[in-house]
Amino acid sequence: MYSIRLLGFLLPYKARVALLAFCVLASAAAVISIPQLIRWAISYGIDDLGDGPTGETKYLVFAGAALVAAAAVRGMFAFGQTYLSEWIGQKVAYDIRNRIYDRLQRLSYAYHDQQQTGATMSRATQDVEAVRWYIAMGVLRGSYVFLLLIAILILMVVMSWQLALVVWAFIPFIIWRSSVMAFTLRPLWMRIQEGLGKLANVLQEALTGARVVKAFAREEHEGEKFAIEADELFERSYRSSSVQAVNAPMMTGAWLAATAATLWVGGVLVTNGSMDIGKLTAFLLYLTILQQPVRVLGWIIMVISRANAAGERIYEIMDAESAVQEKPGAAELVDATGHVRFEDVSFGYDALSPVLSDINIDAKPGQVVALMGPTGSGKSTVVNLMPRFYDVTGGRITIDGTDIRDLKIASLRAAIGVVQQDVFLFSATMRDNIAYGAVDATDEQVEEAAKAAYIHDYIMGLPEGYDTWVGERGITLSGGQKQRIAIARTLLLDPRILILDDSTSSVDTETEYLIQGTLQQLMHGRTTFVIAQRLRTVKMADEIIVLQEGGIIERGRHDELLARDGVYRQIYDLELRDQEEALAAQPPVGPRRAAEGVAGS
Amino acid sequence: MGLWGGAGAGGWSNQGMHVRPGQHLRKGADGWDDDELGKVYDHSVVRRLLPYLRPYRGRAFTAIFAMIVFAAVSRTQPFLIGLAVDRYIENENLQGVAFIGLALLGLALAGWLAQWIQQVMTAFMGHRILLTLRKQMFNHIQKLSLSFLDRNETGRVMSRVTSDVTVMQELLTTGFLTVFADFVGIGIVVGFLLYQDVQLTFITLSVVPLLVLLLVLWQIRARIAFVRVRQAIAQVNANLQENVSGVRVIQSMSREDENARRFDRVNAGNWSANVQAGRITAMIMPVVELLTALATALVIIFGGMRVLDGTLTVGVLIAFTLYVQQFFDPIRDLVLQYTQLQRAMAGGQRIFEVLDTQPEIVDAEDAVELADVRGEVVFDNVSFEYVEGQKVLEEINLTVEPGETIAIVGPTGAGKSTLTSLVTRFYDVTEGRVMIDGHDIREIKRESIARRLGIVLQDPFLFSGTVRQNIRYGRLNASQEDVEEAARTVGAAEFIERLPEGYDTVLNERGQNLSVGQRQLIAFARAVIAEPRILILDEATANVDTRTEVVIQNALDRLLKGRTSFVIAHRLSTIRNATRVVALQDGRIAEVGTHAELLAQDGLYARLYRMTYEQAESEGDDGRQPGAPAPQPAS
Repeated sequence: MYSIRLLGFLLPYKARVALLAFCVLASAAAVISIPQLIRWAISYGIDDLGDGPTGETKYLVFAGAALVAAAAVRGMFAFGQTYLSEWIGQKVAYDIRNRIYDRLQRLSYAYHDQQQTGATMSRATQDVEAVRWYIAMGVLRGSYVFLLLIAILILMVVMSWQLALVVWAFIPFIIWRSSVMAFTLRPLWMRIQEGLGKLANVLQEALTGARVVKAFAREEHEGEKFAIEADELFERSYRSSSVQAVNAPMMTGAWLAATAATLWVGGVLVTNGSMDIGKLTAFLLYLTILQQPVRVLGWIIMVISRANAAGERIYEIMDAESAVQEKPGAAELVDATGHVRFEDVSFGYDALSPVLSDINIDAKPGQVVALMGPTGSGKSTVVNLMPRFYDVTGGRITIDGTDIRDLKIASLRAAIGVVQQDVFLFSATMRDNIAYGAVDATDEQVEEAAKAAYIHDYIMGLPEGYDTWVGERGITLSGGQKQRIAIARTLLLDPRILILDDSTSSVDTETEYLIQGTLQQLMHGRTTFVIAQRLRTVKMADEIIVLQEGGIIERGRHDELLARDGVYRQIYDLELRDQEEALAAQPPVGPRRAAEGVAGS
Repeated sequence: MGLWGGAGAGGWSNQGMHVRPGQHLRKGADGWDDDELGKVYDHSVVRRLLPYLRPYRGRAFTAIFAMIVFAAVSRTQPFLIGLAVDRYIENENLQGVAFIGLALLGLALAGWLAQWIQQVMTAFMGHRILLTLRKQMFNHIQKLSLSFLDRNETGRVMSRVTSDVTVMQELLTTGFLTVFADFVGIGIVVGFLLYQDVQLTFITLSVVPLLVLLLVLWQIRARIAFVRVRQAIAQVNANLQENVSGVRVIQSMSREDENARRFDRVNAGNWSANVQAGRITAMIMPVVELLTALATALVIIFGGMRVLDGTLTVGVLIAFTLYVQQFFDPIRDLVLQYTQLQRAMAGGQRIFEVLDTQPEIVDAEDAVELADVRGEVVFDNVSFEYVEGQKVLEEINLTVEPGETIAIVGPTGAGKSTLTSLVTRFYDVTEGRVMIDGHDIREIKRESIARRLGIVLQDPFLFSGTVRQNIRYGRLNASQEDVEEAARTVGAAEFIERLPEGYDTVLNERGQNLSVGQRQLIAFARAVIAEPRILILDEATANVDTRTEVVIQNALDRLLKGRTSFVIAHRLSTIRNATRVVALQDGRIAEVGTHAELLAQDGLYARLYRMTYEQAESEGDDGRQPGAPAPQPAS
């Protein structure tokens, strides 16, 4: 049961939970005392039995004062109770969020490849909220309700066992209905959450893919997809509400019936003279007081069963082990020279289908290795293994002779700069985005990196300069601009090893033209792995590695490979030569002029 | 770009300019800059919700009736108890006691039935209305033009359809009637009290003005506290979401610790806002408690004295003490429901804000249906602006014959993508007109053009589902043979067949289990299967590796043949094979002609051309780096 495991989150707040328990006890005691005071007032203050009322006013006033005093005590502790439950419940939610967050950040790519953002978000938001309700309402308030119920039921036995018997007769029924509700609701809640997740995914796709939807005029089709999920969600939520709608009134009804039976039997007892009317009143008041707890009983059970479902999914995240683990006592990678070796490396996302096999690469410090090959040949995978975004499944990768699995992950990644295929920028200022990996970089350093990536002038041209917001809440950038910011933020890290994954692809002509120069600067003195498709980069490489179906089929320098007349030659003929021919056909043009072409745009 | 990595080629972005009033949602949904007032009851929202009840009128009235029955039944109890005490118990009339006992049991049964009926009815209506709202919002958002989505980030729009509607759920399924029932209950209690003894009623209820005063004061503080709570949680969620989406960058930059620190800050802020609000909620509890006791004490003292005087019966006194409890219970309920109501009203406002946003691009009522598209496209003096006063395209005149291939070239920001997005009618022209087959596209049913339109963008967006479903997206009734044929045509068949499940391989969110090149091939197949008459390729091969591009290039000749096509590309071969090249600069057509003609002109095109290709040969020429590249905002 996850609801029990979740209680572990209360441990750090033992003292407060104890204080809360005291408040619960005290306020329950005060609540219980109120009907007794009223009973006392009626029995002694009025003393109606026999021949007319014979009581005294001072008893009435005394009882009234005591009532107010009891309420004051009760109020004080009720405040403590409510406040502390909120405090503890929120603190638990806070802890869970921090842990989920931390876990998500540390889980390797393999985990994130499997997960949909929407589903993960709903765990981190709605499920955490469900757990908070469970702690605050289910556990903390629930224990108060439970305590009150037990205490009053026992007190009733002490006051009059005959009447208590009447009330007790209804308890099994209420427990039965409550458990039926709990067991029916639990699976339903799981399915509702699942339904919400699916709905969110359809919605998200329709929004992020809006251009495609509109281009094909598929609004109706999307609407149908959405309607299917929405209808399904309706069915599920309605069923869950129906379970409550059937059971909650049953419990309230049972309680009303209990009151009726109490009055009946009590009336007979009073008429017999075996009970005074004050006691009967107290009994009836207790029943009124219990009405609320009985009503929320079913609700509390629902909160608990919901927490079971939510807990399960939260623990799925918290218990997930990152496929990439740091060894205990891993060494710090300091002053890497950047000598990278792949030794018989193989890799597969699952055991069945290897994505890479027998990869051997020896990149000396400062060398440039270009990876080429058809789509799906494993180029991106090769470079993703170096920063340990995934771990090799066979062989090993060494940096300066040390297996990268023996290194501290942070120090390893600090030595490797990655400019990825999909540039992701954060909702933050330009400055923060560039300094993303180097939080304490000075403004000068940030600007220098921006200048080197040819984005400084663009940024300065914005009204708010480096303080301009990027992303969701800020301005939108073109692919080329994003690319340059990504290059700037990598430059700022000054890594020994550089990975450029298709990095110049979404950049337009003149940006590419600009960046090429930068890249050369960027690569200077660094070991560079570049997934390349530009002749210029390829020709510059110390080694070109041509991949096909996860294996290396050709390697060597540009000229060597051309001479070999293999796959590289084919690629060259089909595509790269186009670039060279174009050049050869043109009269030489001065660089100045080309530059003007850019400035003139 | 935040959430999901950001779609769209560079050319689409519009620099986040907030123009065209009514197209930009308040930032409320995710709480930032939340300017809502935290109303507990907003008539404008409730008024808008009422029409949704209309289909369930019968049920609604049944529910209200059942609710009143239940409220009455449960409030009759103390009265009957008092009656039993005075009439029967005092007089030792066992039959009478039995009679009252039976009556109470009958009431319990009635109460159970009434509440059951009420809850089933409200649950049904509530969830139905939610369903209607969800579908309506979804369909409405789909109708809104791209400018709406350009201006409102995905996350914000998402939360309108998910969170805001969920918040309404409480209100619609239980909240509304609970609150209503509470008020009716209070009314019935007061009625019974007055009926039994007017004087004692006024004494008992003398605490009410004080209660109201305290509640009003409390409410002022609570309102602000709870608005703050919602802003805080929104910040937490926004932070979380961004970091889940950007986790790859975070890991590659080893930013985990710094981000954890920052998240902790936001998370702690949320915690303290909630604890503060919790304190305010907790504060009202002792107050209600104390006033309940005060009222009970008044009943005991004054009532008791009158019993001693003989002007009041014990039964009425007992009924009064029971009623005092019942009177204050709903007030406790209301305090607990307070935030729910507040949130629901705010949610309602935001839901209707979406529904009230007018779609900019709608089919004219007399729009014609094109039976077939020949593919003649004419730009007639077209101007376009995303932001008033900033022309992105100006005086574009271009006639494209059916079957022509037009290559569009030009520097960043020249308006290349914008030009093609006017053909697809993602946006409407500001001036002039775009015509297809002689009809202004604003007078053609959008669907009839879209049917024969193929488009492949730089960022190939795929849907979750199988490969087959994704290809079929271009023509929903395509057969398996058609799908495979399309895949073969673009050269995608080879890799698809190698996938574990072939065409039935399920793609992850946005197809992330495929490489960009593979996704692009599927996007091509999807465009091809529609048998488009007009084809738009916007940097379609920019993200594709060389080999895949070769595959596509080979297919391209076949693809473009006989179709009108607009190609934005940098590949020489593509441009060279185009019927005509259109060179754009600063939103105007600078040059039009064939590759050879334009090279001979030695103008803009020739300059761009040389820049692209000469770099391939020039290595390490430092002198050629221009000093101040100032790319223009993308159009």
